[in-house]
Amino acid sequence: MSFLTSLFGRKTSAPVARDRLQILLAHERATGEGQSDLLAKLHEEILEVIKRHISVDQDKVQVKMDRGAGVSMLEIDIEVPELKGKPVAEAGGLS
Amino acid sequence: MAKVLVVTSGKGGVGKTTSTAALGAALAQTGKNVVVVDFDVGLRNLDLVMGAERRVVFDLINVVQGDAKLAQALIRDKRVETLSILPASQTRDKDALTPEGVARVMDELREKFDWVICDSPAGIERGAQLAMYHADQAVVVTNPEVSSVRDSDRIIGMLDSTTERAKKGEKIDKHLLLTRYDPARAARGEMLRTEDVLEILSIPLLGIVPESEEVLRASNLGTPVTLSNPNSAPARAYFEAVRRLEGEKLDISVPTERKGLFDWLFKRSVA
Repeated sequence: MSFLTSLFGRKTSAPVARDRLQILLAHERATGEGQSDLLAKLHEEILEVIKRHISVDQDKVQVKMDRGAGVSMLEIDIEVPELKGKPVAEAGGLS
Repeated sequence: MAKVLVVTSGKGGVGKTTSTAALGAALAQTGKNVVVVDFDVGLRNLDLVMGAERRVVFDLINVVQGDAKLAQALIRDKRVETLSILPASQTRDKDALTPEGVARVMDELREKFDWVICDSPAGIERGAQLAMYHADQAVVVTNPEVSSVRDSDRIIGMLDSTTERAKKGEKIDKHLLLTRYDPARAARGEMLRTEDVLEILSIPLLGIVPESEEVLRASNLGTPVTLSNPNSAPARAYFEAVRRLEGEKLDISVPTERKGLFDWLFKRSVA
């Protein structure tokens, strides 16, 4: 079978489906019963801390997420106007 | 001028989400700016079918309640750059969707996109009504099966009475999308034929999507079928449907898989 699929250059799709579901459900189950998603919490608190120091325009905040099996990525891009010397805050590679 | 399209059916499991993903991707593949919006609060799945489930940060309810800006909640598709998805909330109560909030989001979406495609939840309750309320056009997804046809009839009635357009005395364009169609079984009299369904529902036909292995494969992969296998029969049906949505006049056909010589010969001998 694997010979045939490699011959026709077509992988079966069910293993992809299984992997995707396992990753998704692991995250969703972890966020059930009152526990909030760790990434969502981090995102919320990181923004809170930053807002304490500078006023952030919500339009200038971009949040990207990629929930993986071993590692999840939370990427927060904040455009900071007229800030002297400080780079844009960014958090990534939080598992 | 943006067009708002609702993909609805009444009955569950007939292919609303699959069709939303496929139609949305097919329109975006022609260069149109498209957003697909999941209205199925509490049971979102459009993100999964579109392969964006790992990237959801904010959702429709966050935007409706003002917790996030629209731009923050929109997820840009990684394969087609003119395609975006606005996911539904997985956890919140569906009562969090207020008519005013939805109206505001729809106005904003109309400004940003050429097509706003709303994936309705099953049923005829609040969620389904909110999904259809702002629609200019509707795609009624129907299987050639008695309960699906009956529910579609019910939904057509709602489209003509409870939507914003209906309340203003305006017309809402309704299109029938027949899915999971098996031409061989219909020919043998084992399945409602297209003409039967059309006669009963009497709305114009947008397309016939044949039953196909490719549809499950596409959802396994998290890729709309028009992207995962553009030459497959269902993908071609969706591409044709999209051309009709854009106003082209095309003869309706049931796309079939393009197979080898053997299948071709076999088909000939049967015909």
